[in-house]
Amino acid sequence: MSDTIIKVENLSKSYIIGHQSNEKYLALRDVLASQAKSFGKRLLHPFKNSAGGLISADETEEFWALDNVSFDIKQGDRVGIIGRNGAGKSTLLKILSRITEPTQGRIEIDGRVASLLEVGTGFHPELTGRENVFLNGAILGMSKADIRRKFDEIVAFSEVEKFLDTPVKRYSSGMYVKLAFAVAAHLEPEILIIDEVLAVGDALFQEKCLGKMETVSQEGRTVIFVSHNMGAIKALCQNVLLLSSGRVQSIGNVDEIISDYLSDGSTEFKPSLHIPKDASKIAQFTEITVSSLAEGASQIAHDKPYSITLQVFVKEKLPSCYLALHVIDSDLQTILFSRNFCPGKGNDDYILPGKHTYSIHIPGNLLVPGVYRISAHLATSSPAVLLDGYDNVCKFEIYDNGSIYAKKGFPWRGKLSVPLDWNYIG
Amino acid sequence: MSYKIIIEAGRSERHYWRDIWRFRELFYILAWRDILVRYKQTVIGFAWAILRPLLTMIVFTVIFGKLAKLPSEGSAPYAIMVYAAMLPWQFFSNSLSEASNSLLDNEKLISKVYFPRMIVPASSVITSFVDFLISSIILLAIMVWYQYWPSWRIMTLPFFISIAFAAAMGLGLWLTALNVKYRDFRYIVPFILQFGLYISPVGFSSSIVPEKYRLLYSLNPMVSVIDGFRWAILGNDSKIYLPGFSLSLGIVVAFLIYGIVYFRRTEKNFADII
Repeated sequence: MSDTIIKVENLSKSYIIGHQSNEKYLALRDVLASQAKSFGKRLLHPFKNSAGGLISADETEEFWALDNVSFDIKQGDRVGIIGRNGAGKSTLLKILSRITEPTQGRIEIDGRVASLLEVGTGFHPELTGRENVFLNGAILGMSKADIRRKFDEIVAFSEVEKFLDTPVKRYSSGMYVKLAFAVAAHLEPEILIIDEVLAVGDALFQEKCLGKMETVSQEGRTVIFVSHNMGAIKALCQNVLLLSSGRVQSIGNVDEIISDYLSDGSTEFKPSLHIPKDASKIAQFTEITVSSLAEGASQIAHDKPYSITLQVFVKEKLPSCYLALHVIDSDLQTILFSRNFCPGKGNDDYILPGKHTYSIHIPGNLLVPGVYRISAHLATSSPAVLLDGYDNVCKFEIYDNGSIYAKKGFPWRGKLSVPLDWNYIG
Repeated sequence: MSYKIIIEAGRSERHYWRDIWRFRELFYILAWRDILVRYKQTVIGFAWAILRPLLTMIVFTVIFGKLAKLPSEGSAPYAIMVYAAMLPWQFFSNSLSEASNSLLDNEKLISKVYFPRMIVPASSVITSFVDFLISSIILLAIMVWYQYWPSWRIMTLPFFISIAFAAAMGLGLWLTALNVKYRDFRYIVPFILQFGLYISPVGFSSSIVPEKYRLLYSLNPMVSVIDGFRWAILGNDSKIYLPGFSLSLGIVVAFLIYGIVYFRRTEKNFADII
């Protein structure tokens, strides 16, 4: 018992979903109207039972976001929670951070919990950076004395000293995030719960955040981390809890579970990703495709060349914009990396508004047979801002077609298998 | 200190009051934020807290005192009598309107961070109390203007202020919870307040209500608060109707308990429905 810090037993959470009602919120007028209606019905048919509720039973459905979940977390553990969208990750975090109550089950937590489900919760745009540090700190559960003690540290971490007395509504989004994370990073709870908040900010700052989180856990604190970024989970966590439609599918060692999760038989090879336009982004990917010469195939013969197509859509003219491409193996290691400034119609420094398509040629006889994925990022280098990015997408397979360098049944140990120059010199 | 937490369906109640104590600093901070933001956003910030009750008082004094020629209490100037009621009324009505929207305004907080939700409407009541303190300065000015000196009874004012607090909290919590549950409830609150201004003895003395209806009239919880304020401020000129006052006080307490119970019962679902 002594070193178990979180004990979850048979935890379930259900939501009631009304199928027929399009209204997002309950309105008093609807309730009154429906009650009046049922009252009227009762007057007309006094002996008939009528459903009094706003939504009658056949229109509602109970949805179990979490279904009988049990697990233990030991002190000092760094646990990653993974699962597809809708698997119940957010619900679990919300219950652990006491934002919402479970429907059934029980959790014992032996320590102070700080949860970071969003960066900068409660920041008020009219208030200055300084005021917001106090506000946000108090909301996250720090005492005024704590904040005062750590104020200088927080400010130094945030790198926004100069703007401390400026209302945060005048901050750039980067500054805002940095200040907000700086406050959160200086919490000192026994248990830190983090949702996918690291997906914001530039690459440098993300690294800083990951580093900070590692220090936190080395100090013996327990970290629970939810992310879609398997690389980050691998870097940070020892154990992983895999949720699947509200149940614990597996729990244990990070490497095994992640490779299970990624090589999950049900996920088919999807060599092409088409992304709808998102009005909120100034630049975005619209397509990421891996294609061999044989059109559309997700399986590529080892000795055949293939190409990766990146298509971006840019809304405004952007300076020093670049694309980065990673080819990632099933252990989530980047095997191949390449980047290039986006050349766009004769102007090398700027990318012009519109659609741009780039094709990257990859020769045959390079990657050993196996399953691979693509990560692609679109960013500007100064200032370093990540505009758009996709990790571990476009699953494809290089298969062993019995070519010279990929002999069937050969126990592959390396990552690359390349015909190099071999010279006999004596 | 042990921080052991047990989360179970329907269990959150047990730690509630302890948690409120633990999060007490959040009270001040949220109230401080609201005050800061208010006075930063409006140019006439502080002036607003003064002008609103002052202008209403002038209108009421002219209409009820001069045109309708309603009697004041004893020899007290009509303006002071109205303003003595205006203070708690403004406090009450500001609290209700701010509290009832407070949770929706802080929707992001509710869905992302845990803290006892009662802190949010409670800190709106505190914010309104700051306005109340500011507008009390005007009362002093009016009293100096009329050269009207209060008696020892003014010392009992904190007692009546706490009744006003209880009335504002009780009704405020209830309206806040209803407002989260029924999104169209917010249109009803201003109506209740407008209505309340006329059925409460703000512009007139409650002594003009016929004797046989006084007890019925005292069902309005603001009657005891306002009568109490007048009794404390107007000194010997004001008489308190004790049966009505006790009834009204009882209703305030009942509403406070009901408000807390109702709020606590609905609170668990706030994060799910907000």
